[in-house]
Amino acid sequence: MITRKRLATGAVALLAALTAALLPTSAAADEPVAKESPKVELVLDVSGSMRAKDIDGKSRMSAAKQAFNEVLDAVPEEVRLGIRTLGADYPGPDRKRGCKDTRQLYPVGPLDRTEAKTAVATLAPTGWTPIGPALLGAADDLGDDGATKRIVLITDGEDTCAPLDPCQVAREIAAKGIHLVIDTLGLVPDAKTRQQLTCIAEATGGTYTSVHRTEELSRRVKQLVDRAADPVVTPVGTKGTARCVDAPLLKAGLYTDRETFGEHRWYRVDLLPGQELRASVSVSADRAVNNDYGVLLRAVTLHGREIVRGSEAGDGRTDVISTGLRYPKPDLDEGPGDVKPAAETVCLQVSNSFSAPPSVKTTPGMPIELTVDVVDGPSAASDVAAFGLGRGWWLLGVLVLAGFLAGLLWGWVSRWRVAVWRTN
Amino acid sequence: MRTVRMLATAALAGAALLGLTAPGASADTPTADPSAGAGPTEAGTTFRTAARFLPGQQATAQAATGDYLYWVFPADTGQRPTVNATVTLPDSALRHGPTTWRVDVYDGLRRRQPCMYGTQSRTAAKEAASVELACVLRPVRAAADAWANDPLPGSYYVRLTVTGLADEDLGQPFTARVGVTTLDKGGAYATDGSLAAPLVPGATTADQAEADADAGRPSAVEAAAPEDGWSSGWWSDRWIWTAAGGVLAALAGIGGYVLTRGTGRPPRVPPTV
Repeated sequence: MITRKRLATGAVALLAALTAALLPTSAAADEPVAKESPKVELVLDVSGSMRAKDIDGKSRMSAAKQAFNEVLDAVPEEVRLGIRTLGADYPGPDRKRGCKDTRQLYPVGPLDRTEAKTAVATLAPTGWTPIGPALLGAADDLGDDGATKRIVLITDGEDTCAPLDPCQVAREIAAKGIHLVIDTLGLVPDAKTRQQLTCIAEATGGTYTSVHRTEELSRRVKQLVDRAADPVVTPVGTKGTARCVDAPLLKAGLYTDRETFGEHRWYRVDLLPGQELRASVSVSADRAVNNDYGVLLRAVTLHGREIVRGSEAGDGRTDVISTGLRYPKPDLDEGPGDVKPAAETVCLQVSNSFSAPPSVKTTPGMPIELTVDVVDGPSAASDVAAFGLGRGWWLLGVLVLAGFLAGLLWGWVSRWRVAVWRTN
Repeated sequence: MRTVRMLATAALAGAALLGLTAPGASADTPTADPSAGAGPTEAGTTFRTAARFLPGQQATAQAATGDYLYWVFPADTGQRPTVNATVTLPDSALRHGPTTWRVDVYDGLRRRQPCMYGTQSRTAAKEAASVELACVLRPVRAAADAWANDPLPGSYYVRLTVTGLADEDLGQPFTARVGVTTLDKGGAYATDGSLAAPLVPGATTADQAEADADAGRPSAVEAAAPEDGWSSGWWSDRWIWTAAGGVLAALAGIGGYVLTRGTGRPPRVPPTV
């Protein structure tokens, strides 16, 4: 029985070694990140409703145009900017045609300000509001290279092209793992528009703004474009598995993955003796979830013994829930010196206790962000206090008393010795 | 006590002059206020994009209600940081009801840190113009065991957001101002042991850090350091207390000895032996 168990363990270890050898780390995260200039696509609603004159007494369209002019003037040099319209061309009643009405007004690339402004100036409020197709088109325009990407969607009405739910479209775009964020701006939004736009923003980790004034619009779009220009570390996509044995082997770095409700995902990290593993995980609530939720990150040995865990629970409105853990692996005491100590494989398990109402789609899963750092181990504490030193009046009192008693004792002993010496 | 304090100050000043507490940093102005007020004017929206500021600075941001704003600041051993946040609410004419605001603090491992004192979450009435939030963290210790959530030296993330509001109020402009003050708790929390690297995301092993330095890449630990660098962590006023205790004990010992001997030579002993 014992032999069989040993055999099984051996087989598991062998399998682990093989998978480790066969699957060279898919994510070499500590390699320098390719510095590609960020891309932004402004998606502007040019539907008929943009004629409404309720922003500073002007039409929504003219407010948008004015804001665009200001934004185009202020775009940072390194940003590659494109513009896409929706509902700009087909004024007719045919829903099918109206819902395909989205086109690229200005291609994503180095910006020619005059050209872009001229293109925007030609726009006139016309057609339908196909937000879903416009987002898909914008995602295509931005491509899938390593650059950070941002879509800024400016609209005044909800999508009129059901059943393609733009919120679901946004989530699926985000799930492609192309580091894309969608920010939404609603021009004088009604309840339904707001709901849809917040849902789109939430699905991709973007922001939602409601706009009632021209200056608000231009300031916010400028801010969002600037935000795209900020250098940021882009995480590497990975795919955790249901078991530790065939889990991806991670090096130090920043990773993303997806995890559905109640799913467990496993990852592996190799740790040498005398090193410390630091891992943290954030699970994003990218859709409507129930009020209470939690996340659990566990470090487990290959044999299933839990080493340490980090857990967090919360309730109410949130963007992410995060936790982390540290695992300092003790240094080996008797080292043969020249033999390199073997690395321990630490399994990391990420689980969540999010739940959602039945109406909410569970696929694709919620985005996970996993950071793994490996540092040298901490110097061990031999005492609670620093270097075992003392502090406070009690310490002084005890020392003074002990010193005094020792002095008395010494004095008496020496007196006694003098007396003995004299009598001899 | 005053003597002890003076001794401690003198020793600290000496150490600072020798550059012991702040390796590689200009130690000539150890207590200067870091250009008060000049903080970042934008906030991040995720842990990864958090805007960095130093204790003593004021970070500001303009955002839309519903946004999650992130900042990051460094805290070192022995400090007790207090995070203060002021939210200037959108025009009350635009608002439809009370809003609840909340500030959360996370450590470098994204573990939520509890607040000892301070109003972490507050509900503003519909007419209110601003909300003040505060969070007093626990004193930062040099080390903790792996199973503890004790605050350790490293980066601390501040997240400010609205947690409760009427749906109509989403997306309205507000401004936020965040600052951190630190209180030095001295040696009372000086624990033994220390981390090899502060809890900073992207921290690496010493070998890796050396390789990065050779390649000219900035180290994450250095980039996230407080103004005068990370302290080495060996100094605390426990050295002063213990040394002073030793001196007092020696004096008391001499006192006790003298007491048994009386004054001068015993009378029965002749002057010349």
